[in-house]
Amino acid sequence: MLTTEEVKKIASLARLNLTEGEIEIYRGQLSSILDYVGQLKEVNTDGVEPTRQVSGLQNVTREDEVIPSSVDEHERIINQFPQKQDGLLKVRAVFE
Amino acid sequence: MYPNPNELTIAQASDRLECGEFSSTDLTRSCLDRIAATDSTLQAFVTVLEDEAMEQAKLADARFTKGQRLGTLDGIPLAIKDVILIANTRATGSSKILSNYTSAYDATVITKLRAAGAVFLGKTNLDEFAMGASTENSAFQVTKNPWDITRVPGGSSGGSAVAVAADQCIAALGSDTGGSVRQPASLTGIVGLKPTYGRVSRYGLMPMAASHNIIGSMAKTVEDASILFQAIAGKDAKDSVTVDREPITYNLEPRTLNGVRIGVPKEYFIDGMDKEVEQSVRAGIQTLKDLGAEIKEISLPHTKYALGVYYILVPSEVSADVARYDGIRYGYSVETDPEYLKDHKSLTLFDVYQDSRARGFGSEVRRRIMIGTYALSAGYYDAYYAKAQKVRTLIRQDFMHAFNDVDCIATPTSPLPAFKIGEKADDPLTMYLADVFTVSLNVAGVPGMSIPCGFTKNNLPIGLQLIGNYFDEARLFQVGGAFEQATQWHLKKPNL
Repeated sequence: MLTTEEVKKIASLARLNLTEGEIEIYRGQLSSILDYVGQLKEVNTDGVEPTRQVSGLQNVTREDEVIPSSVDEHERIINQFPQKQDGLLKVRAVFE
Repeated sequence: MYPNPNELTIAQASDRLECGEFSSTDLTRSCLDRIAATDSTLQAFVTVLEDEAMEQAKLADARFTKGQRLGTLDGIPLAIKDVILIANTRATGSSKILSNYTSAYDATVITKLRAAGAVFLGKTNLDEFAMGASTENSAFQVTKNPWDITRVPGGSSGGSAVAVAADQCIAALGSDTGGSVRQPASLTGIVGLKPTYGRVSRYGLMPMAASHNIIGSMAKTVEDASILFQAIAGKDAKDSVTVDREPITYNLEPRTLNGVRIGVPKEYFIDGMDKEVEQSVRAGIQTLKDLGAEIKEISLPHTKYALGVYYILVPSEVSADVARYDGIRYGYSVETDPEYLKDHKSLTLFDVYQDSRARGFGSEVRRRIMIGTYALSAGYYDAYYAKAQKVRTLIRQDFMHAFNDVDCIATPTSPLPAFKIGEKADDPLTMYLADVFTVSLNVAGVPGMSIPCGFTKNNLPIGLQLIGNYFDEARLFQVGGAFEQATQWHLKKPNL
């Protein structure tokens, strides 16, 4: 069973502000999910390579070129910014 | 009796459009009328694009008048799961965090369907960001199963499944990360195809576990599922996992299954599965045998670990996928929420992140973010994520070994028929078990299709899942198509 402190730590790492009540509910639920997935421990995986891609592709690359978007598209994207100024995304200072 | 246009399949409606029996405007109108008459009960649609759809239909009709029909899908009204972007249209993912979001561009599948002349009726409801198996986890509404409106339609593509099953559209698109096309198809009595990983571009699909998910067709027949699949499949430079492969042809000729080897894995007939589901699926397998297929019992020994692998890897990927919803770039932000600002005068950047996310995400999304964050965190990575990727290799090897001996695998799609609304809502683990027969295909990347194979005594649909080898969707269409020609299950309609 996860401790209350562990759940608080996870929530903080995940940037989720939870109430004390929510922390307790998730503590039970997350613990039972982790118990369930813990059954993988019983599988012998000695010498088994981890999967990195399922359909056999490797190292797909492309030219790193700028493809301009239309004026409309540009405007639609800017319209989605919660805070904007002069057509730019406005953000809070990172260092305070 | 002559059916209403909205009740037709893509193939039937296309023939009638071709010979001028009705127009795309008539066809689109009949779907919109059906939506207006039934959707206050069913709640399949988050957004209905009435004006846009009628405009597209008129353009299709103008092409027909000039003898310039673009092909089978020209003028055909489709429903689109609301995780797929249509330019300049609201796209919510059924999440509060995107409730006012308008997409700037078309997803590649939409670009392709637009070029084929398809009409978009609207955006369908889902479990928030496609996380769930009942469509109850939507921030907006609970979609009802048309066969029994006290029951769920399955999920996460429940809105698209219901739109097809209730003839609100001719066909639909869904997305499948662990069963989200096939399980709701099974629970609503329609055909649902999950293509091979990498067959269809996910550009413009809201991300949900990128190493598992794919866009698929939801349709009234196997032929329609194939038509839609061919229209959306193909390599796309904007999704680097897509592959360049020959298109699949679908042959309507009546056929037998002589020489086709079908495997039945013993691990998919488990204690606790519904008896009526088991009987119908077994009877369906007998039908395949009667059609000439050779039935072989096989073993996929790591099946029981697929759900455990899935619920480590998918939350891990999800925790990264949804990191973009930060209250800064787009979507819900506490900075522009007057209610929130009333009680919070001085805000730090950290507050904006953690309060926007806590208020914007529903409980299942938060749960998966936290499981993923935990599984990827220092000290736990090897025990969870790395271990799961190794067991994933074993699950893939099970399928590869099986396909040395068989051409196709037949299983139940879901262990249970449609369950009651609310029945599993409080216990996440029980809900996860609804996908026990579908997740291993996403873990491995192989294609699968659910087709109707019977009904319970209570008149609830049951689905048969066909599993194919990598890139062998053609086999699913062959076996599913032959099954459909020999049975009547797909013709049954719910009474509404």
